[in-house]
Amino acid sequence: MKTTALNQTHRDMTAKMVDFGGWDMPLHYGSQLDEHHKVRSDAGMFDVSHMLAVDIEGQDARAFLRRLVANNVDKLTQPGKALYSCMLNPQGGVIDDLIIYFLTESHFRMVVNAGTADKDMAWMQAQRDELAPGLSITPRRDLAMIAVQGPNARAKVWHVIPGAQDETEQLKLFQAKLVDKYFIARTGYTGEDGFEIMLPSTDAVAFWNALFAAGVAPAGLGARDTLRLEAGMNLYGQDMDETTNPLESGLGWTVDLKSDRDFIGKNTLLESPVKKQLIGLVLIDRGVLRSHQKISAERTRNEDEGEITSGGFSPTLNKSIALARVPLNVSPGDEVQVAVRDNALRATVVKYPFVRNGKILVDLPS
Amino acid sequence: MSIPNNLKYTKSHEWVRLEGDGTATVGISQHAQELLGDMVFVETPAVGRKLKQSEECAVVESVKAAADVYAPIAGEVTAVNPELESAPEKINQDAYEAWLFKLKPDNASDLDKLLDATAYQNIIESEDH
Repeated sequence: MKTTALNQTHRDMTAKMVDFGGWDMPLHYGSQLDEHHKVRSDAGMFDVSHMLAVDIEGQDARAFLRRLVANNVDKLTQPGKALYSCMLNPQGGVIDDLIIYFLTESHFRMVVNAGTADKDMAWMQAQRDELAPGLSITPRRDLAMIAVQGPNARAKVWHVIPGAQDETEQLKLFQAKLVDKYFIARTGYTGEDGFEIMLPSTDAVAFWNALFAAGVAPAGLGARDTLRLEAGMNLYGQDMDETTNPLESGLGWTVDLKSDRDFIGKNTLLESPVKKQLIGLVLIDRGVLRSHQKISAERTRNEDEGEITSGGFSPTLNKSIALARVPLNVSPGDEVQVAVRDNALRATVVKYPFVRNGKILVDLPS
Repeated sequence: MSIPNNLKYTKSHEWVRLEGDGTATVGISQHAQELLGDMVFVETPAVGRKLKQSEECAVVESVKAAADVYAPIAGEVTAVNPELESAPEKINQDAYEAWLFKLKPDNASDLDKLLDATAYQNIIESEDH
């Protein structure tokens, strides 16, 4: 199994380790719920070094990315600015979702998911060979990535990295800056403020331990999943994959169909009618919503109406919530039935995110 | 990990305690709660329901997954733990205190066929390897 530079550190901190797409990663360090609440109320840190940073270097970098991804890299005008995008196949399915950082006109950095990293590299290299043979595409397995998230996350990072406060206090959301050996980005996957930090993997243990000493709680993949679900952020492989249209996956805001730019998958998207949408659910009855459970709307009781793509228990709401793909005629405020084992449980359709910056944003069923 | 000697166990990680009044109390083991993690929901069987041995009769759901609970022995459900509806985390706090349900065994001697603490310990260890 593949390991990150922090593997032994996780074990020393009594993590329960799990196989996550071939990576030996911490699920939790005792209580996933405690870790979740710590991120919402203070600061937590996640080892996300299993994700892959990829450097794209060469004079054709921007032109290559214009064609490669569905969002428009021309939105990236200031060095350090980041953009969230999908990379589509010609059928309009999602190969992966990723973040692109604009460093210089001849150097962009991409961060892709762990489970899709090999596939992404092969796809990008094949596109490169066709479109921009001079471009270099370099996987950066020499970098570790640590996400520090929560209302106090930035202050605690500043406490640990000398000089970082002056350099990064002015960073807006989705902006990044290199400070010494730390690439510090004001991004995240929790719905809280914070940083995602890339650094040489040889420095990862010392940095992690310094953050711990500064009062940042280690948090595992379990809490990462409940936090991102509350924040209404998609998870690749659950909420979208190569067989789903991003416009039916709550990702329309990341797909640029307005400009003349031709990107891979665009033609298919323009020709495919959008029939479904991603919505939020809050469970009214007792129980737990899980992915793949079937949904029927009150009106029709049609079993095939929809399906939960991500479901679970929301520690902040103290109720079960879900993201679900349903027909376009389902609207916020509707009540739907979810098939859970032998029961049909009632859930309310809501507009997500469920939680942002520690605050509940949806009306809770009583 | 402590496995109480005064209880009986199943391969599917339930524990059973025979009470003085002849009823049997059922819960899930410390090992099972550790595997599942933080509990968020418990569904217990209806009082009066007659269970066959190994029948699915309850569900415990953690932040991670849902797990079925099986009747360790045949019998009729006489009580369910009312505390777990609002506080499923009691299973995490003490799995051998937070019982799920009680049943009146069809045959009290069925308990003798279940695993003792040593045999259950061996099952857990063989799973870990």
